[in-house]
Formats: sequence, structure tokens, C-alpha cells
Amino acid sequence: MSQINVTVNGEAVSAEVEPRLSLADFLRDHRRLTGTHLGCEHGVCGACTVLMNGVPVRSCITLAVVADGAEITSIEGFDEDEPMTQLRKAFHENHALQCGYCTPGMLVAARDIVTRLPDADEARVRLELAGNLCRCTGYVGIVNAILQVLRERRA
Amino acid sequence: MGKFGIGQGVLREEDPRLLKGRGIFVNDVSLPNQAHALILRSPHAHAEIRSIDTSAASALPGVLAIYTGEDVAADGLGVPGMPVKWVRPDGAPMKYRPQPPLAVGRVRYVGDPIAMVVAETLEAAKDAAEAIEIDYGPLPSVTDTAHTVDPDAPVIWEDGPDNVSALYQAGDAAAADAAIAKAAHVTKRRFTISRVFAQYMEARGAVGAYDEREDRFTLHADVQYPHRVRQLLAEKIFRIPEQAIRVVARDVGGGFGTKGWQYPEHRLVLWAARKIGRPVKWSCERSEAVQADEHGRDNVTDAELAFDADGRIVGLRVKTLANIGAYLSAIRNLLAAYTNVGTLIGVYDIPAAHVAVRTVHSNTNPTAPYRGAGRPEATYVIERLLDDAARELGIDPAELRRRNMIPPEKLPVKNALGLVYDCGAFADNQAEALRMADYAGFEARREEARARGRLRGIGTSNPIERSASPSPDFAEIRFSTDGTATVLMGTKSQGQGHETVYKQIVGERLGLDSNQIRVVDGDTDRVAFGIGTMGSRSTVIGGSALHFAAGKIVEKAKTIAAHMLEASPVDIAFEDGKFSVAGTDRAVTLTEVAKASFVPARLPKGVEPGLFESATFAPEDDTYPNGSHVCELEIDPETGEVEIVGYWVVDDVGVVVNPSIVKGQIHGGIAQGVGQVLMEQVAYDSESGQLLSGSFMDYAMPRAADFPDIKIASNEVPTKRNPLGVKGAGEAGTVGALPAVMNAILNALAPVGVTDVAMPATPNRIWKAIRDAAA
Repeated sequence: MSQINVTVNGEAVSAEVEPRLSLADFLRDHRRLTGTHLGCEHGVCGACTVLMNGVPVRSCITLAVVADGAEITSIEGFDEDEPMTQLRKAFHENHALQCGYCTPGMLVAARDIVTRLPDADEARVRLELAGNLCRCTGYVGIVNAILQVLRERRA
Repeated sequence: MGKFGIGQGVLREEDPRLLKGRGIFVNDVSLPNQAHALILRSPHAHAEIRSIDTSAASALPGVLAIYTGEDVAADGLGVPGMPVKWVRPDGAPMKYRPQPPLAVGRVRYVGDPIAMVVAETLEAAKDAAEAIEIDYGPLPSVTDTAHTVDPDAPVIWEDGPDNVSALYQAGDAAAADAAIAKAAHVTKRRFTISRVFAQYMEARGAVGAYDEREDRFTLHADVQYPHRVRQLLAEKIFRIPEQAIRVVARDVGGGFGTKGWQYPEHRLVLWAARKIGRPVKWSCERSEAVQADEHGRDNVTDAELAFDADGRIVGLRVKTLANIGAYLSAIRNLLAAYTNVGTLIGVYDIPAAHVAVRTVHSNTNPTAPYRGAGRPEATYVIERLLDDAARELGIDPAELRRRNMIPPEKLPVKNALGLVYDCGAFADNQAEALRMADYAGFEARREEARARGRLRGIGTSNPIERSASPSPDFAEIRFSTDGTATVLMGTKSQGQGHETVYKQIVGERLGLDSNQIRVVDGDTDRVAFGIGTMGSRSTVIGGSALHFAAGKIVEKAKTIAAHMLEASPVDIAFEDGKFSVAGTDRAVTLTEVAKASFVPARLPKGVEPGLFESATFAPEDDTYPNGSHVCELEIDPETGEVEIVGYWVVDDVGVVVNPSIVKGQIHGGIAQGVGQVLMEQVAYDSESGQLLSGSFMDYAMPRAADFPDIKIASNEVPTKRNPLGVKGAGEAGTVGALPAVMNAILNALAPVGVTDVAMPATPNRIWKAIRDAAA
């Protein structure tokens, strides 16, 4: 067992974890933050994307011990975050989710796009979003939602 | 009805919690003191199990129990049963071959379950599974559908040496033969529809509990049909009253037809929970899912479409081999093979047709419904034949389609395979789709692309789907003493947005606001009855039941309102949630009436207190959503890569309750259709029968960069087969996309001499086809 000290959604957390424990399982099983969803468990679908020190990571292939000393933000930790608030509204208005399983990871990836690439056009948004799989929407609503937020933030 | 009724693009009620990660999916369910289950699966496509030694594994720390097929057999668990009696081509009866929840003596595909390990933690269960020693005697296998009926093919079941399960036929063979014999032109093709898998983002799961005090099971699972799961478990598996089982499904992370009612894990977690006296949780992992779940499609079809000298269709003859996998556990395994073959006729006036489907066994997972369940396969055949015929006859494919369409004045019509189409404006759909896509201007775009070194193609299809088939579903409206309403539904959302759509129907009928209504589904203890969600039936059948339940609420409430308003019920009008006395300004709201209904003193004599009504609706016939798809794409001849540059759909799903939700269904359906044509495939090694596409690394699926924007227009022709006029929207996108995309690819490749590309049309296959055609 290894001792880790992590800030999870602004709260300092110390825990004893097995070295093989993934960050996703740490969040879901140890912290009961079940908004982080496991889609593929091998870093391909993006459903489990969270922020580690402000950068998106796949929590399924990130070990919890790697997060020692880091700040983790999962979907439950964005309530005061302006771009996330804009994105949630835009996802709602653009029918950007159906079953909602990929949505937390999509939102974290989308937040990265709108904050890092303020001038992105549709083709760039589609390319940047290609790390996240959605099986329900055909991506139409998701892309429109992100483009809407990009426009709002440029205005 | 104002802002919340039928036809409004109301934003989804489900979104706020899902956007905050507050959904409750099955893997989010954990029960106190639960143990964890792991299913050990066959690594062989086909093998005899000579022995299983669990002794070393059982001794490992944290292991609570290890079960094998013998334990299941010893406890006498039942099998799902087979309601239809089919025959084989030789007239002998079809053999029922149920999959044991844990194999006994032999495994028949990679992933066939063998043992169940129950342990304190998932890690302990995994460690123990690795310590189970199994002596296998490997056997030859066959996974490729066309080869299942080869004379020397490996035999899946020793008492069925030709691997053929049964023969299903529809139409008039003599008439089709005669029409084809005297036709001016016959287009004949073989089409292979690849094997795919739903790949819902949420892999399946099941948490089972047994309450000794109540002698009662509870199953938490991500299923589309909670009541059918309960019925199967009670009646067939455990042989106990249905009341002794509760099935709960909360948020379901996609289903697409494949989160069925007969999965072995449902019975295993309940059975194990009773044996160990603790809840048991099973969570399918992604690499396990392709092995554990039902697959979709997988057939080989030989088809002939015959024309007279004017390019009018005179006959259609279809022979299909449908791969149902290693077992035949329940009718689910036959549904895709036969229920929708009638739509092979498409929207065309075909006087004579015959179809013969042989269902065959192979060393593969069982197949079962996946988005469309036979509809995409059927539409693919007729729409590919039309494009190929058009090339052979030198007629524009859209013109050939137009010439052969069923005109509106001929509707309703019984087609040559027995389906009765009620309504639709097929020619209008196509004309509008072609206009949106600027079909007339395509050749100029092809030329412009050629100048850039790219092959540009356009493809169309006119899908029609048999939806919402006659089976009942249920709705109940319960008012509480504060006047708010709970709506309980027998259908089960897996992301379609039922909560929103049902609230809209209640809003339309009862004038209630969204915050006065709560929708409940997916709990057999709360909802009295249900069949569930499949075949584009929920809004059609569940929605209609809700419509009738609301009608009963209005009737009873009107009696109470009349009493409250001191008027005669015949003088009471109900509109926008208010009962009013005709010609006066005296009125009471439904909410006030609902509150009063619980106070006997405020009721007229003889009226029972309370306001609860339910309704069950079963339509008399299917509905037929239809439409027209146009796909335009470019191919890079140097790489074989396909880029879809435009996609247009005109869709007739009948009355549209929520336009944005319908569009979302079409978008997602198209994505799954495009996925199957361009990249998705459950692939097996033909020698070893090993699964080659066991993870998301190997099973390619469409990503955002693979699509352009998709343009959709609606051409509503309401059906009279239900009170709402709705036809169903869940499968339409996929059904149209398979042929439209492949037709566009072959249209692009025609100038370089390519006439066929196998599905999925990967860059490698297209590149090879171009090179082979040039050679």
C-alpha cells in the first residue's frame, strides 16, 4: 500500500492505496465520485477524462499513486467554473447528450478545447474531440454546443 | 398546448443531473456487504472441457465461492424456452439449443462462460480465476457465415451436422420464380452484412441480492425490458412467482437493442447471492464485453431483382444465411433473422417476391437485435440492388427508384411479403432529399473533385421500417394529495429522452407543467406492467397508453370539477389544465381538482376518492416510419480513405413529439450505420476462431472527425394506427445509412471500375479494390 496526498475537487485527501489502483477507481470506489465513468479501461474512449493539475488525463490509465501531490478535478468539481457552466448550458440547449454516459468526459474534453483553442473552427473542434467516443449522438449536438461556447467566449 | 406540449423542441429533463455526473448507472450501484463476481470465459472457439480443477483457486484469500456448470445443473435452474416451432429445410423440427449460464462439457465460442468466481474484492476474484485449471480438448471451429454450410465445415452440434438451425420463408416462391424467369433484366448479387456489436459506452452489469426474510430477489441491471427480465427469471429460470423478484434499471448507458432480457449473468448473480447470503455484483469490463454480449447482424444474402423492359420491377428473390451464433437460447436469437424481412420490398411496388432465410450455427456469440434488427439488412439488399440495377440499365438510380415507388394513392397496401404499409409520401421524401443535397449539381462536383485527384460519389436510399409491432405497453398516472402527478411507464429509457417526451404528452393532455410531473420507469415494484423499449415502440405504444390514461384522468376529474363548480358535467370544458363552465368565467384547475379528489366531502355522491388511472395500449398493426437518405463522399485513391462531405435526410416518423430528440435519434442512428459500413466489425481469425476485435483499440467506431454536419428535414405523414399519429424514430437513421453510404462509395469507385467492396469498406479494402480493378 502507498500513501497519497491528493486534492480532489478542492478537498485535501490522504489515502492508503494499492499501487495497481487506477485514479478512476480511486475516485469512484474510494471517494464515491461516480460521475467519472469507465468506458473502455484502456485510454481509448475518453469517458473517464478528469483534470490533473488543470490538464485532461484518462483516469482509467492513470494510477492513483501518480496523482500524489496533484490537484484532481472530476465532473463533480466544476460547479463554480465559468467555462463548464457555459458548456453545460450549451450541451443542454444543443441536445448534446442522450444516455449521458460519455458526457462527463466529453465536458472535460470540451472545456479543454474552449479554454485552450479560443479560435477553433468546426473542423478543429471535431479533430480535438476525436479522442472521446459517443455512441448515441453522432456528435452533431456536441460539436454545435462547443462551437456555441466558443462564440460566446469570443463575444 | 403552450410551451410544453407535443411538437415543441423542449429541452431534456434528463440533462441537468447527467451534466453534473449525477446519473445512477448500474456500476454506480453498490449494496452493503456485497461480494464481487468474475466470469471466467472460454479462450477457445470450440473445445471439449475434459476437467475443471478449482481447488487451488478456492483456497486463495478472499475467495467466497467458485461455481461451474455442474453447480448450476445441480440446482436445477431452468432455461428461457422457445415459443416458436420452426422446421429445418429437411422438414425436421428446429432444435432448441439453450446456452447454459456456465458451460457443461463443451465450449462453443470465445467468451462462452465457464466458471463464476465470487470473492471479497474484484482483484481477489481475478487472482482466483487465473488459478482455475481447465483441461481443454480443442476442436476445429467455424466462424465465417458462408462457410458454416460447407460440406466439410466443423460441426457445432453433433446432432445437427449441417449447422443449419431452421428455414424461414415469406412471400410466394412460384410467383417470384415465374416473374424472374420472364424478366427483361435481372440484377443478381451476393451481399455480406458484417457482424457488429452495439458497443454501448456503458458495458453491462448486474447486482443481485436475496432477502431471506422476504424470500425475495432484487436485481439491479442495465436492461431495456425490466418486466420481461423479471418474467423470464421468475417463470423460466427460478420457477417462482413474479412478485418474488424485483428488477430495477436506473440510468442505462446505451442499449441499442442489445441489452436484452436473457443474459446469463442476471440469473447467476441472483443465484449466487442466495447461495452465499450476500449481494453479488458483476461489472462487465470492456475487453470482456465483446465476448460476453450478443452481437448484431452477420448474414450472407443472394438476391435477384428482376425488371421489365421499361425498368419496372417485376420480381424479387432473396436467399439468406443468417448466423445466429453457437446457441439458440430464446426467440431473441431469431428476431433479426426473420421479423423484418418484409421490408426487403422497401417503398417499391414489387408484385412478386420470395425470401428464404436459413439460420445457421457457428462458433460465435449469439446474435440478437441491434439497432434495426433485420431492417438495415433488408434495406441494404433492396437499395444496393437498385443502384446496381440502375448502372446495368443505364438509368439514373434516383429515377429508377422514383419509377418504382408505391404511389400515395395505392396506400394502404399489403406488400408482396405480407406487410401492410398504411401511409407515407415516398416520392416526396426522395424529391426533397435530392433537392437538399443538390443532386442535380452532383456531376459538376464530381468533376471538380476529379481535378483535385479525388473520387467523389453520391448515394441514396429510401428506408422503410416496420416499427412498434403489436404488443402492449403500460402507463399510469397517479396524483398525490398535493395535486402533483407521478407517471409510471412500462418502457425503459436508455438515453432516448423518454422522461421529456412523456412529460410533453402529459403536458399536452393535462396542461400540467414539467415541475408538476415526475416520470418513473425501470422498476418492476413500482410500475405494474411493461414490455420495454425496443423496435422504435416507446413513444408509439407507451406514449399512446399515456394518452389514454390521461383521457381517463380528465373524465374522472371532470365529474369532480362539475361538482365543485356546481354545474353539469356536460357543460364542463377542459383546456390548458382548467375545467370551466361553458359561457362563464368559473373554472378550477386540474391541480385543484386532484387535491379535492382526496377529500370525500368535496366529491359528488358515488365517486371514489383519489385520482389514479392507468391504460394499456396494443396497436392493431405495425407503423412504417420511412424516409430518404443522401450521402456524398470523397475517396482518396492513393490511400483509400473515405471522407463523408455531406449527409441529408428527409424523415417521416409521423407526428414529431420533440423535434430535437427525433433529430438526435436520426443523427445517432446514422453514426452507427456509417460505423458499420466504414469501420466496425467483430472479426474472428478464420483458422483459430479467435476474436480479433476484443477492445476499443481493435474495434473501430466513428469519432467526431469522421462526420460532417448532418442535415435533417421532416416530412410528417401521421399514421392512424395510434392516437398520437407517431410512427417511431429509434432505428430510422441506421436503416437508411447502411445502403446510402455504401452506394455512395460504389458510385465514387464506379469510374475506376470497382463494382463491390466488402463491408466494412476500410481504406485498405478500398485501396486494394482500386488497384485490383486497374490491374
